[in-house]
Amino acid sequence: MSDVEIEIDGKTYPAKSGEMLIEVTDRNGIYIPRFCYHEKLSVAANCRMCLIEVERAPKPLPACATPVSNGMKVHTRSEIATEAQKGTMEFLLINHPLDCPVCDQGGECPLQDQALGYGKDNSRFLERKRSVPSDDIGPLIATEMTRCIHCTRCVRFGEEVAGVMEMGAPGRGEHVRITTFLDNTIDSEVSGNMIDLCPVGALTSKPFRFAARSWELTDHQSISSHDCLGSNILIQTLRNRVERVVPKENSDINECWLADRDRFSYQAIHSESRLTKPLIQRDGSWQEVDWETALTYTADGLRSIIEKGKAEQIGGLAHPMSSLEEFHLFQKLMRALGSENIDFRLQQNDFRDDDIAPRFPASELPIKDYARQSSILLIGSNIRKEQPLLSLRIRQGWREGKTTISAINPIDFDLNFECAVNEIAPDSAMLSRIAALANAIADLAGTPVPDEISTLSDDSDVALIARQLITAGQEGTIILGAFAQQHLDASLLKMISIWIAEITGSRLAVLAPGNSAGGALANCLPGTNGLNKQAMFASDMSGFVLLGGQLELDCLDAYVATKALKNADFVVQLTAFKPDPHEQNIHVVLPICSFAETSGNYINCEGRIQNSQVAIPPIGESKPAWKILRVLGNFLNLDGFDQITLDDVTKEVLEVMNSSDRTPSCRMKKFRLHAPITPTHDGLIPITYMPMYRGDALVRNASALQNSSDNPGPLVSLHPDTIKEHSLENGDWIEIGNGDVSACLQIIAEPRVAKDCVLIPAGYIETVNARAPGPLRIAKSNQEKS
Amino acid sequence: MSKHTKMRLSESGLDQIESELTKYPPDRRQSALMAALRIAQDEHGWLSPELIEQVAEITGVPAVRAYEVATFYSMYDLEPVGQHKIEVCTNISCMLRGCDRVVNHLKQRLGIDFNQTTKDGKFTLREVECLAACAGAPMMAIDHDYYENLDEAKIDLILEGLK
Amino acid sequence: MSVQINRELIADRFSSLRYSSGVCLPPLYQKQPWALDSYQKNGGYQALEKVLSGEIDPTEIVEVLKISNIRGRGGAGFPVGVKWSFMPRQSDDQKYVVCNSDEGEPGTCKDRDIMRLNPHALVEGMALGGYVMGASVGYNYIRGEFHEPYQSMEQAIKEAREAGYLGKNILDSGFDFELYNHLGSGAYICGEETALLNSLEGKKGEPRFKPPFPAVFGLYGKPTTINNTESFASVPTILRGNGKWMDGQWFRGLGVENSGGVKIFSVTGHVNKPGNYEIKMGTPFTKLLDMAGGVWKNRKLKAVIPGGSSVPVMPAEAILAAKMDYTSLQENGSALGAGSVIIMDETTDMVNVLERISKFYYEESCGQCTPCREGTGWLFRIIQRINRGRGTIEDLDTLLDVANRIEGRTICALGDAAAWPVQSFLKHFRHEFEAKIKPIQSDAA
Ligand SMILES: Cc1cc2nc3c(=O)[nH]c(=O)nc-3n(C[C@H](O)[C@H](O)[C@H](O)COP(=O)(O)O)c2cc1C
Ligand code: SF4
Ligand code: FES
Repeated sequence: MSDVEIEIDGKTYPAKSGEMLIEVTDRNGIYIPRFCYHEKLSVAANCRMCLIEVERAPKPLPACATPVSNGMKVHTRSEIATEAQKGTMEFLLINHPLDCPVCDQGGECPLQDQALGYGKDNSRFLERKRSVPSDDIGPLIATEMTRCIHCTRCVRFGEEVAGVMEMGAPGRGEHVRITTFLDNTIDSEVSGNMIDLCPVGALTSKPFRFAARSWELTDHQSISSHDCLGSNILIQTLRNRVERVVPKENSDINECWLADRDRFSYQAIHSESRLTKPLIQRDGSWQEVDWETALTYTADGLRSIIEKGKAEQIGGLAHPMSSLEEFHLFQKLMRALGSENIDFRLQQNDFRDDDIAPRFPASELPIKDYARQSSILLIGSNIRKEQPLLSLRIRQGWREGKTTISAINPIDFDLNFECAVNEIAPDSAMLSRIAALANAIADLAGTPVPDEISTLSDDSDVALIARQLITAGQEGTIILGAFAQQHLDASLLKMISIWIAEITGSRLAVLAPGNSAGGALANCLPGTNGLNKQAMFASDMSGFVLLGGQLELDCLDAYVATKALKNADFVVQLTAFKPDPHEQNIHVVLPICSFAETSGNYINCEGRIQNSQVAIPPIGESKPAWKILRVLGNFLNLDGFDQITLDDVTKEVLEVMNSSDRTPSCRMKKFRLHAPITPTHDGLIPITYMPMYRGDALVRNASALQNSSDNPGPLVSLHPDTIKEHSLENGDWIEIGNGDVSACLQIIAEPRVAKDCVLIPAGYIETVNARAPGPLRIAKSNQEKS
Repeated sequence: MSKHTKMRLSESGLDQIESELTKYPPDRRQSALMAALRIAQDEHGWLSPELIEQVAEITGVPAVRAYEVATFYSMYDLEPVGQHKIEVCTNISCMLRGCDRVVNHLKQRLGIDFNQTTKDGKFTLREVECLAACAGAPMMAIDHDYYENLDEAKIDLILEGLK
Repeated sequence: MSVQINRELIADRFSSLRYSSGVCLPPLYQKQPWALDSYQKNGGYQALEKVLSGEIDPTEIVEVLKISNIRGRGGAGFPVGVKWSFMPRQSDDQKYVVCNSDEGEPGTCKDRDIMRLNPHALVEGMALGGYVMGASVGYNYIRGEFHEPYQSMEQAIKEAREAGYLGKNILDSGFDFELYNHLGSGAYICGEETALLNSLEGKKGEPRFKPPFPAVFGLYGKPTTINNTESFASVPTILRGNGKWMDGQWFRGLGVENSGGVKIFSVTGHVNKPGNYEIKMGTPFTKLLDMAGGVWKNRKLKAVIPGGSSVPVMPAEAILAAKMDYTSLQENGSALGAGSVIIMDETTDMVNVLERISKFYYEESCGQCTPCREGTGWLFRIIQRINRGRGTIEDLDTLLDVANRIEGRTICALGDAAAWPVQSFLKHFRHEFEAKIKPIQSDAA
């Protein structure tokens, strides 16, 4: 919608009145140097690098902060413009160290590039250069603050985009110093983006430090599958090593950002804990064997179960981060073995609606529209940690005043936007609160509400949320997050949400982990008489085939998962990482490639298929999981396992999928409400959750992420008052469990947790026993640990 | 050092901050940040990190923001100072009228240099920029009060009074 | 532990009041001019009463101010009436008037006297501003070191509120106006109007890039008018006229073409009677110098900085030919600025003076934009080196070049303020800099 014309370097260009000059030049490929300007950040106009000449202006003007007006005549390369830019360059360089040869930014440093273009060879600066101390700001970002040019991009990013002001610019004049307050660390879920934003080598990637020079690196396009966005990444390699991961801009998905786990999880690829050889459990310890032996052993193990007529007692569980092809061959193998017990939904606990469920967990709202909603309702979602980049979009809409957000959450999460209404409803209260919302909406809309719903309702006042959703209509979205999906009554929460969405016209989003959409679309799900994950754990399984991950860590119900494994006669695990040396429940472990060593496709919550390329050859003797699955098929003489390349697999799965619809929808085939499962609690309510950096094997083996403050450790959080009521103190060790089994864990006071609730992190072996089914009891441990 | 961790605003300090807050729209609590830092400093002599954090909390800003403000303005002390702050203007009008003599005399008499505190913890000496009392040059400020048209004898009398 | 301060030694309120025309400074004879009744005896609050009685339309007031030709007293000299006319009067949105009492420009000490001697003039001026521009809230931003002026202003606001000149429904007119003092905490840059607004919002005092201007996007993003203390304090007298209501011509006539009315000049440095002189615009400099008792110690005049440390320095010949008004000072190579006249006698070491001025801008740069943050320190260090006898002749070119590369390239005018002294000192007193530079030979030895 251009409404004015301006002249730049003698040519006429259309422009929107009020937009900044630099937006017009950028759009038209006219290069103007800049340091502080960034299209995703507010305009600071402090670096003065973008000075250009505007006719009739008495002095050079910054292109980033000069609004265009009709008839404006601009010169970007005139004497005045270049003189001004040279002047700025000289000022920037006088106090900048000349350490390009040892600087990690070397080769991708705008300052270095522009110094070549504009700088003087001989510095006239004869005074002593400023030196600035560099603080240790955590495991993710390395600092060299003498190089900082005070563009404040990092500060603005924290304040504006991320919503946590980690960096600040204390001091005045020459003494301004970019730093944190009180040596705080910088490691919130998206802080790695500051590395990309910093135009010089002041903030660089700590794991990447001195690993390579940027120009030596080769880029490989890939997809990060830690969450359901499918963020686009570039894997950068040197001599068959992954040295760094950076965002690949995609305005529809991740824009120019990445979550820290997408950026730093590559560390796991070359970590000590990578499994490089097949292992077989013999006499209580692991023994390395060759592939032939391992595969034969595996095939024999499985065959012996089948021969006993127990094929239907083999369970197949894949990790939700698997690729589409892996999911496909995995379920194909299971079915060929004669088992329909297939699942990947490791963190779900209610499967009663499987028969009426939509094709895949989806977001009916395109990712790019998350910043444009007028109302968003979060149900059971700590979205900031579950889907960090979606949370940034929601924050953006909120900051711009477009979006009103409400939440019905079990915990008062520390979100990066404010909620107009923030209902804290632990456990069964989640259900009654959402039923109350349905009631309130029915009231306002003058529609009858189904009895099944209204009887569930409590009498809390949620009229405000109801009004918001009704007013928003199609511009409203209801998000069901991890806590809603892992709920024992998840099917009810979903059903009522759908009812609400239908009455109000809102859209729905079920934000599931990783490549869940791919898993569902590849039909890595139980067949008609097959068992889902929960049912598998509850029945007597004779064997398990596990793809990726580690059940004790990946499942919230790890206690029953471990028991199920223990009871099985034969368990084979395909994984990229070494098993626990004391592991007794698994019989053979087959080393698979990480995402960087094999290609594959991933489907995001919008139903978008994206391809990830091979970046490096397999580590050790590991093999791509799809190949192992195929060869297993051959070893077992099964039909349909003669694919030669991955392309063959892709083609096959796409053909199957073609018949199914990839249009994102969260609607059920019909309205049906089950009876709620209301566990009887005497006292404490357990709330289990998966910490951001514990949910998959990659993050668990990435040391920088493990050392960041978002890895809480196996601590149990309680409200300070609850701690007091139990005559405990912050930091005490407690015995926590169902009375029969227990774990000894340390407690921490956390006012955000509602009273009488106990927040237990999954993802740690130490907390498995605390998650045994049954009433929850805690008592001070007499077994003091240090 | 552990002494600092106990630094908190008193009830009366909190009341003063409340009354500063009434000057500004209710959703603009940050406007009282500077006053709150001043009140905290008046109470404790200097601004410890804990005080800055407390003030940040009261005025609803991120701690690093409050820290930025505390380090930007020259009147905030982020380290302990003497009981009295002697601030001598050395800017142009005072310089033209002999602030050097004032400075030398003060340094000699107190036995300290700029930015130092006497051993007894009574006085901290500082050089400051123009305090807008140029017609009374040379001048200095001690705590809240301005002393103008200074000479050695007058300085002696002033310091006697502050004993 | 308890300390006995000898209060007599503290500078008294009248110490720098030398001459008053009775506009912003109170009449010289008055004992307690800061008290409400003293102010009222001099005609105080009559303008507010008259205006609020409904007889006068706000737009008429703007016209009177335009006619009076009063220009902003904070340094830039923008016509007050014109600035007031920029405010979107019609809109119902919250608007603000803000007074700039940050007085930090070296050599300037007039706003301090207005606030401690005649605080009600400022209160009335701001209330009038609020009425004219439809702003119901005003803030007076006072520099943090001004304890005494702050107390005096607090007292005045209290009195005015009790007398019904501030608060809700003032004098039954339906007009609400609240006025608050806001103390700074030590930063010259907060005198720059947008830095002042940020400071008022509780942030670092970093200037904002303009546009948008405060009249559109000011305090808390709302339309805001910022004027200097002296500008606001002049308004009641201008409206009162000299016995003739709303007679802008009277004030205008006190001054000369382009420079209406009277203005306070802070005369400091090498004179016998430093102090504040509220005199007619266009008064010859020689007359002002006479009033100030002439150059001290019977010495000859060497140079004058006529408007505060940031305006160009004038050698004696130039200033002796000039009159104290915007045009004349400009024609003679400098500017009126904030009216701070710094007198330097024949013994003055100009390199020393420039070193001190440059140090000031280096110390006070907010650090936000590159040319100012990096350039002011560079300037200072070169000058310091020259002053210590370690300069080279090339340094003089570098100095000028650096100054030129700061000027006009920064977010706010502090960069210009740092550059102008360097340019003008080198222009007029280059020989003094050269004299401090060691001959090349001895350098090599
Ligand atoms: C670096 C800098 C410092 C300033 N300091 C002051 C000051 O101390 N007092 C003041 O009134 N104006 C000061 N100004 C001018 C203000 O920005 C603004 O122009 C003025 O307050 C407007 O009021 P007036 O139009 O009534 O003069 C300063 C400007 C700059 C660039
Ligand atoms: S650290 Fe980097 S991003 Fe931050 S202000 Fe300095 S140069 Fe800019
Ligand atoms: S890019 Fe325009 S001033 Fe920095």
